[in-house]
Amino acid sequence: MTWLRRPFLYRAGILMGLIAVILLAPAPTRATTPRVHHITLDASRFAYTPGTIKVNPGDQVTIELRSLDVLHGLAIDGYAFELQAEPGQPDQYTFTAGEPGVFRMRCSVTCGNMHPFMVGKFQVGGNDLLWRAAFALGVLLLGLLVWRRP
Amino acid sequence: MNETIELNVLQKQAQEPASAPRRSNRFDLVSLPLVRRLVGSRWPLFLARALTLAGFLFTILAGLFGSRVGSANFAIIFVWIAWWTALKLVFIPLGGRSWCSVCPLPMPGEWLQQRGFVSPVQHRLGLGRRWPRRLRGTWLQAGFFLLIGLFSALTLTDPRVTAVVLLGLIALAVVLSLVFERRVFCSYVCPIGGFTGIYARTAPVEVRVKTASVCAEHRDKTCYTACPWGLYPLALQDSAACGLCMECLRVCPHDNIALNIRPFGTDLPVEKPSRRLDEAFLALVMLGSALAFAAVFTGSWGWLKNAAYAIGSLEWLGYSGGYLLLNLLVLPGLFAGAVWASGRLAGDRLPLRKQMSAAAQSLLPLGLFAWIAFTVSFALPKFGYVLSVLSDPLGWGWDLFGTAGSAGTFSAPQFSALLQAALLLVGFAWSLRVVDSNRPSGGAGSARGAVTLPLAGFNLLVSVGMLWLLLG
Repeated sequence: MTWLRRPFLYRAGILMGLIAVILLAPAPTRATTPRVHHITLDASRFAYTPGTIKVNPGDQVTIELRSLDVLHGLAIDGYAFELQAEPGQPDQYTFTAGEPGVFRMRCSVTCGNMHPFMVGKFQVGGNDLLWRAAFALGVLLLGLLVWRRP
Repeated sequence: MNETIELNVLQKQAQEPASAPRRSNRFDLVSLPLVRRLVGSRWPLFLARALTLAGFLFTILAGLFGSRVGSANFAIIFVWIAWWTALKLVFIPLGGRSWCSVCPLPMPGEWLQQRGFVSPVQHRLGLGRRWPRRLRGTWLQAGFFLLIGLFSALTLTDPRVTAVVLLGLIALAVVLSLVFERRVFCSYVCPIGGFTGIYARTAPVEVRVKTASVCAEHRDKTCYTACPWGLYPLALQDSAACGLCMECLRVCPHDNIALNIRPFGTDLPVEKPSRRLDEAFLALVMLGSALAFAAVFTGSWGWLKNAAYAIGSLEWLGYSGGYLLLNLLVLPGLFAGAVWASGRLAGDRLPLRKQMSAAAQSLLPLGLFAWIAFTVSFALPKFGYVLSVLSDPLGWGWDLFGTAGSAGTFSAPQFSALLQAALLLVGFAWSLRVVDSNRPSGGAGSARGAVTLPLAGFNLLVSVGMLWLLLG
């Protein structure tokens, strides 16, 4: 069991533990007064405008989907609803924004060859995971400086 | 005559102490009776190849005659979702170039060349010319990969284009097999071969000789003669070129070939940097392509998707210019600058080419994990399409297995985001370890730590960019 005495394993273990804490530690909840949003989302091949929607957890959100060319759909990862709109026939849905995070909005009706990649972003609260992961990259870099090969 | 000279050079290289195979932490899979039976016969490999070739031919037919809607066509979903995902998540990380051993692309050409399906005959068909020395290395593979990148939005979404690209590749492989010796298509031309080859260096498998002296004394070199890739196992210094077909094992009269399980990334610490820049360039192209594909396919910029898709338009020219600028100028320039700065801090007297060649090894774990994270983001949500096209492969309204209606997206957004972040972190951490292993020795006091900073900074920049593209 000589491998157990290798310092690399201990260092890797410490770094992994530290990074797990950075990524997974619960963030303090930021109390915000729920707001009401009415968002008009234009769909055309193969984009949503606006491409990113930002709201806070607990906000009441109404999305009105309008199509500018062919039949398009809208589904948001983690949310159980779907909209479909044709030119001149918008569709809308009202819901409450849930857990924080960045969720992909996807077209749910085949609208052309690039249809599977017609995506937008629905951001609830701050993008904590992005900042945490970026911070973790910095911690790894620091680890290299501290534990570099002699 | 040329072959004898080359073999002598390889043998000399193989006997140099710097390239002696490192033996610790290895387990020879062939010592397991079942594995020995499987790889010792040509039939299991032939059957696997026949199966992939049948799937390949069906893919081409589906692409040509099935639905024009990409997400309803077997060709698009199986090539770009199922196979592409399996390649990056399973074949390469765990098996290196294992896909190459069953890849259908070179098969028709190889069967023609060896005039047999299972066992090669002595007198081969074709001109058997040697591949021109100036075209050796991975330059062509990098070029073809860039070409695929320029047309990726169309190729990945149009079944006809996918079928034509596959037909073109197979035709090219046949022609090259009839003009040149062995598998020059796989070794020097195939863009997928370049992709799998370069990342195979990180994988935990290798073919190596058991005892070097046995090979050195063996006059016939049956392994070299039989190897479809033209490799001499004693001279193998890394796993980038070996297609794991195990032909060397089958023909070795001394039972001196091992199929080893080894620690991940064994090939990455460089003891003797080479002057070759082709692999560094290929590694940078792979990295740049991962960034570009993440922007096009997972980003929310509709104008970018439309520009990448509208082949021949002014917008597409803009996209192409940006893609080529990133891959040919920005990333290579930043990387060369980082390597130069590291060398200056260390007072390294090695030529910049050698420093870049050694430093590029750190790009391999970084790139591999960037591709894996991209795949998790790109392919997993669309995995429902695989079940759908199994039931209705041509998009003709069939429902063979009752799964035609399951084309919905697989959704676990928070887990998926966390997984992508974790993958990028693993790739960055591994790349830092390689930066440290391959850093130039030298520098004094605080400069010793600073030597690694420019290259680590380059890798950090790429990781942050990928993180932002996937999670931002």
